[in-house]
Amino acid sequence: MGQETPLLSLQNISKDFYGTVVLQDVSFDVKPGEIIGLVGENGAGKTTLMRILFGMPVIRETGGFKGKICIDGQEVSFTSPFDALDAGIGMSHQEFSLIPGFTTTENIVLNRESMKNSPLNDVFGDRMSILDRMDMRKRAEGSIVKLGVKLDPDMLVSEMPVGHKQFTEIAREINREKTRLLVLDEPTAVLTETEAEVLIRALRQLAAQGISIIFISHRLHEIIEVADRVVVLRDGVIVKDTPTEGVTVRDIASWMVGRHVATERVDEAHRYFEEIILSVKHLWVDQPGETVRDVSFQVHKGEIFGIGGLAGQGKLGIPNGIMGLFPGGGEVLLHGKPAPLNDPRTALQMGMAFVSEDRRGVGLLLDETLEWNIAFTAMQIQNKYLKNFGIFKIRDESAMKKLTEEYMDILHIKCTGPKQQAKELSGGNQQKICLAKAFAIRPDVLFVSEPTRGIDIGAKKLVLDALHKYNRDFGMTIVMVSSELEELRAICDRIAIVDEGRIAGTLPPTAELAEFGLLMAGERSAKSEEALSA
Amino acid sequence: MRSFKQIVTDFGWPRIIIFLFLVLLFLMPPFAKVTGIERLAGVASISIPASFSDVFNRFGQNAVFVLALVPMIQSGCGLNFGLSLGILSGLLGATLSMQFNLHGAAGFFGGLVLASPFAVLFGGAYGMLLNKVKGEEMTIAMYVGFASVFFMSIMWLLLPYTHPDMVWGFAGKGLRTTISVENYWIHILNNFLAIPGGDVTLSPMGVKTYEFLFPTGELLFVALTAFLMWLFMRTKTGTAMTAVGSNPDYARAGGISVDKMRLVSVIISTFLGAAGILVYEQSFGFIQLYTAPLAMPFSAIAAILIGGASVNKASMVNVLIGTFLFQGLLTMAPSVINSTINSDLSEVVRIIVSQGIIIYALTRKTKVTK
Repeated sequence: MGQETPLLSLQNISKDFYGTVVLQDVSFDVKPGEIIGLVGENGAGKTTLMRILFGMPVIRETGGFKGKICIDGQEVSFTSPFDALDAGIGMSHQEFSLIPGFTTTENIVLNRESMKNSPLNDVFGDRMSILDRMDMRKRAEGSIVKLGVKLDPDMLVSEMPVGHKQFTEIAREINREKTRLLVLDEPTAVLTETEAEVLIRALRQLAAQGISIIFISHRLHEIIEVADRVVVLRDGVIVKDTPTEGVTVRDIASWMVGRHVATERVDEAHRYFEEIILSVKHLWVDQPGETVRDVSFQVHKGEIFGIGGLAGQGKLGIPNGIMGLFPGGGEVLLHGKPAPLNDPRTALQMGMAFVSEDRRGVGLLLDETLEWNIAFTAMQIQNKYLKNFGIFKIRDESAMKKLTEEYMDILHIKCTGPKQQAKELSGGNQQKICLAKAFAIRPDVLFVSEPTRGIDIGAKKLVLDALHKYNRDFGMTIVMVSSELEELRAICDRIAIVDEGRIAGTLPPTAELAEFGLLMAGERSAKSEEALSA
Repeated sequence: MRSFKQIVTDFGWPRIIIFLFLVLLFLMPPFAKVTGIERLAGVASISIPASFSDVFNRFGQNAVFVLALVPMIQSGCGLNFGLSLGILSGLLGATLSMQFNLHGAAGFFGGLVLASPFAVLFGGAYGMLLNKVKGEEMTIAMYVGFASVFFMSIMWLLLPYTHPDMVWGFAGKGLRTTISVENYWIHILNNFLAIPGGDVTLSPMGVKTYEFLFPTGELLFVALTAFLMWLFMRTKTGTAMTAVGSNPDYARAGGISVDKMRLVSVIISTFLGAAGILVYEQSFGFIQLYTAPLAMPFSAIAAILIGGASVNKASMVNVLIGTFLFQGLLTMAPSVINSTINSDLSEVVRIIVSQGIIIYALTRKTKVTK
């Protein structure tokens, strides 16, 4: 193809949310009929970029963005998703936006139905027109043929397999006459291998008809298969924009995870551990959105064990299942003794503690004081901070105050005093309260889930330092679950990567980045632990 | 130093407005003229000491009901619209105590003891039901309350009570709608260390009535119950209960059985409802059966909401201030309004005032942070 005007051209797009930069100087072009593979870790800025493209209100509400969007060389500014639709951009979301009780046809032509006049029109206007079902069906079939897949136009969406729902979504987008650019966010995430292949063929066919596609996926081999060009986003910056020819999955994986500057490992001699403190065998956990299918691993006493992986693959389900917050099964041994699942109390009593990723939902009593928040678990589980009056025990407010002041000091919690309510603190300080709550029961094994999610860099460092300190000074074994690979590499002794509810492999923190990337993308089967320790 | 503004905000404007209104009501009687003819017609003039006496008495009568709401609010079960279940247990206790011919203090406390198993039983079943309908507790509770009152209306007729002071005279079976406790345990708490004052009237029977009577025993009983509740909320269980109400997920992650805590709170609430009706009856002088308990939960709820409690948080201060303001208003408003407009609308006014306050309070409820 020669030097034609790009269909879409993003120029120097920057965006920050209240000072946190999520996109910086992002520029790339999409030519007509071209398929772009957009990849990046969670939080790399893919979603924000697509939101900007669509003129989602959230972008304007948070202060707009910098840079230009051009379509056919003309600068455009969308104030709502409808403008984007009018300009010929269609999007299929990760979560389906289909009406379950409607048929394929009805969903495809929704809100653009063909109308017939009826006598009522004369009285009440256009709103009283009758649906022209024959024509609607014809149009729907047209889109289905264009997509090149087999779909029953009369089937109810609620009775379809997921793959067909995905196709219906795409058919709806291309049904608009004007659609020239299609954005597909993780279209293959819910599909089986064969369905994904059909979809990829369909996309190729669409591209051949001149429709450009931005294809967002975590499955890297699909990107290579379908995309003409791959654009890699990392921390809001485009690190690579290259034709797919000659690129391997391994290349993309290492560009994707890259090396971040913020967290640097304080290097120390490789540590050796003997005793096994926690052993998990064939664990499954039914946590919505984070299903754990079959996970087995062992943690040594005094170790910091990291669990990483992409969002939704089940890494968060592991601590939640072991601590009994979501139903699960399998075998968990602590100190060689079986720890019952689905029983938070016993798990706590046996010496395990958990800092939840859901800080405001599970981690805190927002309406209560810091004293309550920190002392509660220790009081309920270990009968600490109670004054004994013979037949009854009441709260020992002064001991609770002392405890809180102690942790305010150790963890540098910024607050007006122990009596302040938890909801008034900033995210980082709330996270420290959650840590203090867990530290207060002096657990043998501490699970921390996404300890630095949503907090600023300074607070991140303090939280990581606190974990490091408690591990080194008190020999607390820590299992840390995090989406941020760099954070895991900074403090963990071993890192397991979870993919599709299973552990894809366990690596030392010093392993090559590409190795982690491959495991995350599910491109390589598990490497056995024995091979590692050897 | 806290500024005046801070104190006002803490106390809450609604309470200040209602308090000022109450003061106004106390100031009004001297200006509400009552003519001789009306006096003869039965419209009494309002005496300030008698009004105070009334307010204290009604405060004591109702405070335990209001207190009964606290555990369920704290455990996140919301306002106990099904307090009638506790009241019914109390009525069972009271009638059984009379059936066994218990008099005086033995009658009152015997009633309490006899009511306990029913309170635990009813409260337990009610609590298990509420655990199945989390999020809809208040609606369900109201229907549980209504249904149980009507079920017991049948039972009052069928249960084999035989004591002649209680059953219908003609049939010799089935309980009367109103049973006097005059010869059993009337004013057993009120008269304990009571402080009389004001004018004394001597009835033809030779019984002295005072214009003002401070019901020391009743208020001591309320104070004791409130103290025990305060203490309970500071125990390990009480703390866990509050945490369950504040954030059930946090409590569960802390190893607390959310359902068990809620169940305990419902049982305590039901038991206090039973104690409340006994306190009420000894002061009022009658056991009222059949549909009498139907509306009782509403005035208790109105009181605690006026006191500044929300659907998820209540303190002893909310209970005491709320009961005082609500009962004060309910005592004064009808009599002042009646004597001002020269007619007897007391019951209508009472209903308008109490239901109006519930509406007001429910619209002003404080939201919990999620």
